[in-house]
Amino acid sequence: MALSKQTKKNIQTRTGSGFSRGSYLKQYWFIYGIFILVMSYYVIFKYIPMYGVIIAFKKYTPTLGIWGSKWIGIRNFEKFFGSMFFMRTFRNTLIISFLNLIFAFPAPIIFALMLNELRNEAFKRSVQTISYLPHFISIVVVAGIAHDFLNKNGTISTLLNSLFGMEQKVWLNDSSAYRTIYILLDIWKDMGWNAIIYLAALSGIDVELYDAAEIDGCGTIRKMLNVTIPGIMPTIIVLLILRVGSILSVGSEKTLLLYNPNTYEVSDIISSFVYRRGFGIDSRADYSFSTAVDLFNSVINLILLTLANFLARRYSETSLW
Amino acid sequence: MSRYYRSSGEVLIRIIIVLVMLFVCVTTLYPFWYILVASFSEPLEVVRAGGMMLWLRGFSLYAYKEVFVHRLFLRSYYNTLVYLTFGVATNMFMTTLAAYALSVKGIKGAGAVMKVIVFTMFFGGGLIPTYIVVDSLNMVDTMWSQFVPYAINTYNMIILRTAFRGIPDSIEEAATIDGATPFKIMTMIVLPLSLPSIMVIGLYYAVEIWNSYFRALIYIRSDTKYPLQLILRQVLLSNAMSQQDMAFVDTNIGLTVKYATIIVSTVPILMVYPFIQKYFVKGVMIGSIKG
Repeated sequence: MALSKQTKKNIQTRTGSGFSRGSYLKQYWFIYGIFILVMSYYVIFKYIPMYGVIIAFKKYTPTLGIWGSKWIGIRNFEKFFGSMFFMRTFRNTLIISFLNLIFAFPAPIIFALMLNELRNEAFKRSVQTISYLPHFISIVVVAGIAHDFLNKNGTISTLLNSLFGMEQKVWLNDSSAYRTIYILLDIWKDMGWNAIIYLAALSGIDVELYDAAEIDGCGTIRKMLNVTIPGIMPTIIVLLILRVGSILSVGSEKTLLLYNPNTYEVSDIISSFVYRRGFGIDSRADYSFSTAVDLFNSVINLILLTLANFLARRYSETSLW
Repeated sequence: MSRYYRSSGEVLIRIIIVLVMLFVCVTTLYPFWYILVASFSEPLEVVRAGGMMLWLRGFSLYAYKEVFVHRLFLRSYYNTLVYLTFGVATNMFMTTLAAYALSVKGIKGAGAVMKVIVFTMFFGGGLIPTYIVVDSLNMVDTMWSQFVPYAINTYNMIILRTAFRGIPDSIEEAATIDGATPFKIMTMIVLPLSLPSIMVIGLYYAVEIWNSYFRALIYIRSDTKYPLQLILRQVLLSNAMSQQDMAFVDTNIGLTVKYATIIVSTVPILMVYPFIQKYFVKGVMIGSIKG
């Protein structure tokens, strides 16, 4: 709470000692105690790992520790950039993220716009409530359902076969279908949830604007184009800029559950590669190499996000920092 | 506003919208409904149905019996409840304190603390360096690894801080004049007034822990300490994974057993969902107001 001048004066008269350092700390020891506790958490679990990234430039040996391990310069980075894995994981990360941006980003906007047109409140609320549901289902269950439905005799395989005569197969082993599946799952899981923020923006639009547009003879589509979309444009732009800023940060949680060696060519992304190399899933665990790849990714992300934030600040009122 | 439709085009647009909405509802609900009815049906009938079922085909509790005799299922359920209890307690303790301390205006150094915290949202040491820290604290393969490294979700903390800042300054100023210490102001004024927001954040954390598998995948070694989601991963993806990174004993788990596992592990979320969904939405709203 801001201490107004009046308040400070009151405290001063009360304690009679003014604002010397001692009385200030005496007043706020609780706050500073919390700061120490909270900062310890951040230092131990966030900042010491940041110091730990120096193992990317070392040959990490557990017995020698982070500092004691031998420096090897940028050899790990050379190894990564020189391998086939660099192009594969970099390209896949970029493509999956880009497809998500093109298809999964607009989905909640379109969904919110359509929802906004529903006149029957009860129906609207039901649709909305149902649409959030998948957001709360664990990714393990979602991936499990996907594996089952896309299995040889699964729901989707059967459906595709009877509707389009497509071959019944294990779709998640098919490289050409993997990305489509990945993006559709993104949409299925989070479209409804991500629409909330747009619905909030929609509810803020002045009703009089719609009335005026109606008097001017605008139909549903014209109202959408001329009133609704301009009304939520600021929200869209901010979210879009931030989304572009995180184009190369794709988490591994979903990929680890959906991919398999048959599809690595299109499914393996930087973060899943970091996980496999770090914990030695299909080769010897290599802490230093894995950290080097991870660091490369984090640095690019930081640069992109800084750039995005700069743009957000420049072209809209909102920014991250 | 008048509700007449000007042309057949208008009517068509409305019909399309309603159809799309119905499509969204069906694609969202069908998987859950199918899994529910299939889990109670005769296993052989389910295999024959090829994924298309709208109602029970025969009735059998075989799948549920299998789930509960699974060597690790109940154990993992219990583990998740333990991680959830300790985890949410730790999360709420740390997050509420941090959010309160950072919501107090006019504290020297608070800006710097906030900067140090926010920076971690954009840059981090990454997977292995964090693992090395947790390992050096001897937390690997203990329950502590499941919530101590995740004590504060910075995003949640900022949401809560924004909510705390929403309390009118005048109330707290009045309390200060009356001689209330920051501790008293927090416990007597800020926390009670922000109870709904605190509940939202608690629910966020609870769902996050219930649904998380990655933190256990990294840090938990012994299968007796596996949380529910890791067992689920084994059961649901066993066929897909046997060729991959883990050697599993039973690779041919029956279809209905998988479905029953999904139902048993998802029912808690589905049961509380109708009650909590409006609070979650509220959480998004608090977060969207820039503080």
